[in-house]
Amino acid sequence: MREIIKMIVVLSVLSLVSGGLLAAINNQTKEQAQLQLIKYVKGPALRKIFQNASNDPITSRFEIKEDKTSRDVFVGVLDGQPRGIAFETFGKGGYGGYVGLMVAVDVKDDKLIGVAVTSHSETPGMGARAETDTNFTGQFKGLPVKDEPFKVRQDGGTIDALSGATLTSRAVCLATTEAAEIYEKIKPEVEKKLKEFKK
Amino acid sequence: MAKSLTQEFVKGLWNEVPPFRLVLGLCPTLAVTKAVENGIGMGVATTFVLVFSNMLVSSLRNVIPSKVRIACYIVIVATFVTIAELFMKAYSYPMYKKLGIFTPLIVVNCIILGRAEAFASKNGIFRSMLDGLGYGIGFTFSLIALAAVRELLGTGHLTFWEKPIQILGPAFQSFSFMVEAPGAFMALGLMLCLMNLVGKK
Repeated sequence: MREIIKMIVVLSVLSLVSGGLLAAINNQTKEQAQLQLIKYVKGPALRKIFQNASNDPITSRFEIKEDKTSRDVFVGVLDGQPRGIAFETFGKGGYGGYVGLMVAVDVKDDKLIGVAVTSHSETPGMGARAETDTNFTGQFKGLPVKDEPFKVRQDGGTIDALSGATLTSRAVCLATTEAAEIYEKIKPEVEKKLKEFKK
Repeated sequence: MAKSLTQEFVKGLWNEVPPFRLVLGLCPTLAVTKAVENGIGMGVATTFVLVFSNMLVSSLRNVIPSKVRIACYIVIVATFVTIAELFMKAYSYPMYKKLGIFTPLIVVNCIILGRAEAFASKNGIFRSMLDGLGYGIGFTFSLIALAAVRELLGTGHLTFWEKPIQILGPAFQSFSFMVEAPGAFMALGLMLCLMNLVGKK
């Protein structure tokens, strides 16, 4: 009997200590990990979208509180005005799970500036082309945000899917649609922040 | 019978070098040795886990009941692996991306559990640390050696900190299969053969 109690106590204490330690380290490194994610994953996508921006969109960002989570919003200065905002959404239903998408919207006329894939696990040479094929992602450029959901041609929409990668294209459309919904929700707050940004 | 401290450290470097002499820990050995850089990353992470888990197992060896010892070792090893993973994620994201699933898989690396069970649970803290360090460094060098052969033959250059250094001239036709899975098996087999030839007296 004593042996069993000892086993239980030792294992529980060990697990407890290790759990606590990991939680502490996770908390300590969380911020740094976020920065790395912005630098290596979101950064390249942002640069692709905001090619004409006169500022560095990675460093000019603010947080928007939304329900319980907060969302990183990146600002691009176009034509001397901070009118482009970008944030990340995830479209489900890709061939290899979620497709992360950076979506940029022009606040002035509510049109898409562009989209770029940030993270994915699609098949190389098929769905993975969504990340590099600018002919595909370029189709979103200039489309109005307020319209109906973005859809590929097969589903009655206007977007030409990547050949052989309809699922990935659908996921990208879903992510863009979601971004449009989020944009409508956060727009008032974004405009407030942008005014402060102008100084 | 008892070995000196130096012997405890040195044995992992040559006589018992994990992948080539003991043929242990082959999963990371085969999987991540596509580039020298990855080999170094995996080696350093494994060494970190090996040293600290050995020390902790050794310091707790009189407390851990023998019936649940494996479970305890796994908890200890998994904790250190997760610590290594969190640090990689926060400070060297590209390496974290490259090693991918193989970082958490260090938990099931036979070398680590093997050293905990066969050595650290029977020896003092300092000896266990030396043992872990020796094995870790031996493992790291094995990975680097294998990765160097594969990367050199497979691509003609060696990569250090994201900078490819061209070693073989432009006329060299690379065997790109060396950086694929079959190349890993062949390179490992040839390496084992070489090690046996050298070791034979």
